[in-house]
Order: sequence, then structure tokens, then C-alpha cells
Amino acid sequence: MSKRLVNILVPLISIILGLIIGAIVMAVSGFNPIDGYIALWNGIFMDTYTMGETVRQITPYVFSGLAVAFAFRTGLFNIGVEGQLIMGWLAAAWVGQAFDLPAIIHLPLALLAAALAGALWAFIPGLLKAKLQVHEVIVTIMLNYTALHVANALIEVIADGGERTERIHETASLRSQFFESITDYSRLHWGFLLALIAVVIMWFILEKTTLGYELKSVGFNKNASQYAGMNVNKNIILAMVISGAFAGLGGAMEALGTFENMSKLHAMTGIGFDGIAVALLGANQPFGVLLGAILFGSLKNGGLNMPSEAGVPTEIVSIVIALIIFFVASGYIIRVALERFGKKRKEEK
Amino acid sequence: MEYVIEMLGIRKQFGDFVANDNITLQLKKGEIHALLGENGAGKSTLMNVLFGLYQPEAGTIRVHGKEVKITDPNVANNLGIGMVHQHFMLVENFTVTENIILGSEPTKMGTINIKDASKEVQALSEKYSLNVEANAKIEDISVGMQQRVEILKTLYRGADIIIFDEPTASLTPQEITELMHIMKRLIEEGKSIILITHKLNEIMEVSDRVTVIRKGKGIGTVTTAETNPTELAELMVGRQVVFKTEKAPANPKEVVLQIDSLTVADNRGIDKVKNLNLTVRAGEIVGIAGIDGNGQSELIEAITGLRKVKGGKISLNGKDITGLKPRKITESGVGHIPQDRHKHGLVLDFPIGHNIALQTYYKKPISKSGVIDYKKVNEIARKIIEEYDVRSGEGEMSLARSLSGGNQQKAIIGREIDRNPDLLIAALPTRGLDVGAIEFIHKRLIEQRDKGKAVLLISFELDEVMNVSDQIAVIYDGYIIDTVNPQETTEQELGLLMAGQSLQRKKEKVGGENE
Repeated sequence: MSKRLVNILVPLISIILGLIIGAIVMAVSGFNPIDGYIALWNGIFMDTYTMGETVRQITPYVFSGLAVAFAFRTGLFNIGVEGQLIMGWLAAAWVGQAFDLPAIIHLPLALLAAALAGALWAFIPGLLKAKLQVHEVIVTIMLNYTALHVANALIEVIADGGERTERIHETASLRSQFFESITDYSRLHWGFLLALIAVVIMWFILEKTTLGYELKSVGFNKNASQYAGMNVNKNIILAMVISGAFAGLGGAMEALGTFENMSKLHAMTGIGFDGIAVALLGANQPFGVLLGAILFGSLKNGGLNMPSEAGVPTEIVSIVIALIIFFVASGYIIRVALERFGKKRKEEK
Repeated sequence: MEYVIEMLGIRKQFGDFVANDNITLQLKKGEIHALLGENGAGKSTLMNVLFGLYQPEAGTIRVHGKEVKITDPNVANNLGIGMVHQHFMLVENFTVTENIILGSEPTKMGTINIKDASKEVQALSEKYSLNVEANAKIEDISVGMQQRVEILKTLYRGADIIIFDEPTASLTPQEITELMHIMKRLIEEGKSIILITHKLNEIMEVSDRVTVIRKGKGIGTVTTAETNPTELAELMVGRQVVFKTEKAPANPKEVVLQIDSLTVADNRGIDKVKNLNLTVRAGEIVGIAGIDGNGQSELIEAITGLRKVKGGKISLNGKDITGLKPRKITESGVGHIPQDRHKHGLVLDFPIGHNIALQTYYKKPISKSGVIDYKKVNEIARKIIEEYDVRSGEGEMSLARSLSGGNQQKAIIGREIDRNPDLLIAALPTRGLDVGAIEFIHKRLIEQRDKGKAVLLISFELDEVMNVSDQIAVIYDGYIIDTVNPQETTEQELGLLMAGQSLQRKKEKVGGENE
């Protein structure tokens, strides 16, 4: 079997296997799997509105996936994308409603604020890791909770005791009448273009610049990097900060596109944690992350339609989606199976 | 004569690459049989076939005259074949006994019977004079003892054929001597041994017969008593090998490296280099001889800026470089072949091409305003790979991890020499390499000297220091105890100096003059 064929077959078989097992789960639970999958399909592609919403859902996943993947590639495990995203969301929402500026300044300023807030939130674990060798996993996990509660407290201040910030001014919004008109008033916004640019930026930093070379080198081998004259501490902090900036921009997508404000959060958004899965699905490669986010976001958005259209409860929907992702992530098993199969065929000949 | 193991016409192939091509190895009962070959010749592959980790494409294996199929390591175990791996397979925070019984724990009413096991281990240790304490934790014992635990493990499982894979690679000279005794003791108790190595002196010392393989092909089997190191080296490499490196007399010129009363502390704050003085001139190789742990590592790290200097001064070409950042020192003309190529020398998960750019990636012509031109990186890498004969599967795109030790080292040496440094520091440049690679590296060091560069060589191998250096500085307890001319000294004299006995010798000299 040619390598190329295997590369195409593996994800296909993975998705089919996931669908089959998911169907069994639905059938065993007493629901019609065919209805369920039609509902899932409709939830993704039914009309221009759902398609717009699907792309909208994919957008923040691209950013959170890139944030996790960037840290991974530089030897760090950033579990704090969730917190950094929340801080980015808040910063963008605040800048969006607090200033009166022309769009050409206001929107970039709001995006910048989000990136900076995420970067700052990631700077803390980076600094602690570089200076005191505190493991970034512990610090980033704890900072997720800190971010959640700090953000809620600040929303109360900004909103004068209210539950949500004011709607952002139009000059800071990513929404567009054009998208609304072609997608039947979905919340699709310009963010997906920014997400595509972010994918290219991450690829460029890692694969083309001296900065990327240093970041990867420090991630792989600190001693050799020090030997080669790199500033190891600076690079660890920088890797965290860039990762956090991606996360913060993910938050800006919610603040400036999807919701156009920020409400108090009762729980984590989950986008940051799902970013870990997205990054792994994409093998930590920028373009892989994009594909991973498309799969993840589509299933997430499509799944929303399953309870109403096919009566499948949300719990079962979660299991089915998790199964599909599980099989995609375990593509290695299928790869091995395919190779065995190919070998046997050869021997029989 | 009875053979305990016969591997006849073994062929093992990975894709298009033939790792073993029609190799025959016959192990007699009660002998130490050396398996000799360069790095990457196929020794480990052959042993992995015997141990059941690989299935051969052709050939037969007989154990005690009976043809067998060894499908996995358990089958090998049951046939009485045990292997002492080069990289120990031990759980650091388990005790010796726990490690030994791991995988075949003796139980008593459903719980592990550690008491009896520990007694049994202790008894075995005494029987073979292995001197291992059954209840010690692995992390608390020396590397040499860890290896003896590996030996005990095979004995505990009833092995009577023991494979040693490069057993001396990580041992001190004393531990090596001890290991040789243990091997002989095992033979006395009726075991048979296959010794995988590329060190000729070890073969000459302990083995009875030698099977040589070269580039995957069996070259033949000779009786150790009827051969000599030169012949073995030729069989292994396939051409004549020069042990004594040819070189013209040195022509030292101006001072390049000047170290004045240097003091350096280790990580625990204990002074490891104490008031050390050293001079290296252009056009000479100064060899630092000494036993491991006498301050060599700290000295190099201080010169290259990887470690803080506590006191004293280091100058390069008359310029003070004390306490500068590593990059500043590199740029002022220092090349450094680090002593641990995996820890400091290479980013193992980078392709070898990226590794060759490790010291120059940020400079023109490779990078311009922060953007790296990887085409240029690969172009330069290809040039060095060719010039230094770095062999790898996919050229400059091969992961550094996938190269053999010798080829990794050649890439590092190429990288460092290509920058044309005034001072080249070579720390244990030939550690773990075979004679062919050693010869190559020595030639390159001498070539640098002849070009008028200063070379500082640090080595634990007396042969190497005596062969390559123009001057030998013996380091003992953090200072240079004496500087001698390699032509006028002997191994015995160096040995005494390395053990810190200089004063006595000087006194005798003074005494002699008085008489």
C-alpha cells in the first residue's frame, strides 16, 4: 500500500469507525442512529445559516488549538489556554465598549488588548518556569480558575454590578452585514479570516524565523541551546507569551464576533481545554490544527441539532462526538492495522 | 567441540537496507566469544535476532544442537539466553531484589515473597562474587554495580548463555577490570558469554575467539591467541589502521589561551577548579590528562562561558573573556566539541542539517533580519556532511537521533571546525567511537594544529593524550599538577601524576641533583 494512500485512508477509516461505534451507542440507548446522524449532518450543513454558525464555532478552536500547539512545539504544556482566553475575551470586550474610536483603530486596538491580556496571563507561568523551575502545568491550571473569578469580578466592576458588559461599539465589531446577508443572519464574522492568518503566522514563526529555531531548540534540549549561546530563560518566557497571545485572540473572537460582550461565566468555556484535543488532532502542526478545529467545531455545532431534531439527549451526543474524536486521535492503531493487512496481502501473492 | 549456540547464515533486512547478510556465529560452551564490528556494522541487530526481538529473513539458529525459532525474548529466556543491555533496564527507585524479580515475581499466598527472593539474590551474588547488596536501591549504587545487577538478573532467570552489549561503555577503568574478572568467574561456573564490543584491548584481554562483522557481512572468526589488535582492526575496518597518529613536530607560536589562577565551583558550591594556570599557544595541541572528576568538566564550562567563574582570569588572544556569555566567547574564536554530545552537542530531535547550523543560524548568510534561509542551511550542511564523511539515512534531513555516535560526533566536529576558531576545545572527542572514527578525528585535530590553531584536548584515555598532544598538562584535584612532554614521559609517570604524586617525584629529582 502506498504511503499516500495510507495517509488518506487513515483519517477516513477513523471517522467511519467512530461513526459506527457512535451508532451502536445510540442504538443501545434506544435512539435511531440514522436519524441521529442526519440531525448531526443537518446541524453542520443544512442551510447557509448553520454553515455560517459552524464556521463561527470553528474560529475560536483554531486559536486555542494554535496556542496549545505552539507551546507543545516549544517543549511546554500550556493547559492555561482556557484562562488566557477568558482574559483575552474580557480585555477585548472592555476595549470594545469603553472607547469611541474610528474602526480602523478601534478594532485592531481591541484585538491587541486581547492578545496582550492572554500573553500577560501566560507570562506568569513562563516567568515562574524560567526563574524558579516551577512546572508550567501546575501554574497554568491554577491560573484558569484565577482568570475565571478575576474576570467575573471585573465584569461586575465594568458593568456597575451587572451580569454582563455593555455591547461593544460597532467600530470594534468583527461582524459584517455582508456575512449576515449571505448566511441568513448567522453570527459568522471576520474572525475566521484572522484565524487563517494566525495559522500562517504560527507556521512562519516556527518554520522560517531564527526565533522559531531558538524556541524549538530550547524546547528540545536546553543544554545544547545554552551551549549554542541562546538565552534559555528568555525563550521559555517568550514561548509562553506567544502561546498566550494566540489564546487571548481566541477570546477576542467571542468578544468582538460571537457575543459582542462578556457575561459572567458560571463555568469554564471549554474552548481552551478542547484546544488541547484540537492540537493533538492536528499533530501540533499549524495546518493540522486548522483541520482539527474544523472537525471539532463542526461536530460541536452539529451536535447542538441532535437533541431537537432526533431527540438524542446531549449526554449521548457528547459520547458520540467523543468517540469520533477518539478514533481520529488513535489513527496510529489504524495505521498499524493497515500495514499488517498490506503485508499479508503481499505474502499471499 | 560442542556448540551451545549456532547462528548459521543469518540474514536480516530492514526495507532495502541489509543489516545482517549471511552471518554465522558459533558459541562454544564455556568460552568468551567476542563480536567485533564498527558502530553500525550490525552487531546489535544480530544479537536482537538471537534474543528474539527481530525475526531473521533467512538462516537457522540452533541452541544446544537443536534448531529453534526464537519468536520473542521470553523464548530466549526459556532457552537460557540472557542479555545485559548497554543501557540498563532498571527501575531507579526499586531495590536490587525488586528489579531482579520484576516480571517473574515469586509469590506466597498472593503476595510477593520478597524475603526469600532477597536471600536468593544475595546467595547468587556471593556465588559469582558480584558483591551486590540485595536490598540497596538502584539510585544509590554506582554504575558498575548497576551493571552487576543486570548480570544477576540474567543469572536469576537461569541464563547460561549471557550476551554483554558494549558493557564497558559507561564504566570507569577500575570497574572495567572488575567486570573482566566477573566474566572469567562466570566462565568458571560453566556459563558461556558473547561480548559485543569495538574495543580491541578488551577483546585481547578476555575473549577466547572473535567473530568480526563489517557492514553487515560476516568476515570470519579467529582465535584470540593467534591474532593481534592490528589484525583485528584491519578485519573490522577493512583497511590498515594507524594507531600511532603520524604528525610533524609542533611549531608553537603566540599564546592563544591564557588562564591565570582560575577557580570554579560546581553546582553544590564546592571548588572543583582551584587556582589553575594553563597556556595554549597557536600551533600546538595541549592535552589535559586526568582521572574523571578532577575538574575537567568545570574547566571547560568556565572557558566556554557555560559556568560562572569564581576567581581568576581567562584571556583569548590577549582579550579578557572571563565571565562573558557563551555566544560572545564563541564569537571571539572558540570552537567547542562538548564532552557529552547528546546533552550539549546536539538537538537530537532536529535534523542533522539544523544541528550543523546550531552556532551560525542567526548570522549571515544563513539568516537575514530574523528569517532563516533553510536552503542555505541545508547547502552548508551538505558541504560539511560530505567533507567530514557523516553517514546517515537521509543526508542532512535525517534526525540527529538516528545517526550513530561516530557520525554524530563527526557532524559536531565539522560544525565547530568549519567556523575556523582560533581555539578548538575537544572534550573526550572519541568517547565510545570505533578505531576508524577515532583515527579520523585525531587527524582532524592535528590538521587544525598544523593550520596554526590552538587545540585543547581533554581526555581520560592515556593513549589518546600521549598520541595526539604536543604537551600534556596533568590535572589533579582542580589544578595542573605538572606539564610534561609526551615524548619524554611514560604511562607510568603520567599515572602517578594523575594520582597526585608529583611532589614525591620532584623531591626525588631534587635529591638526585644534590648527590
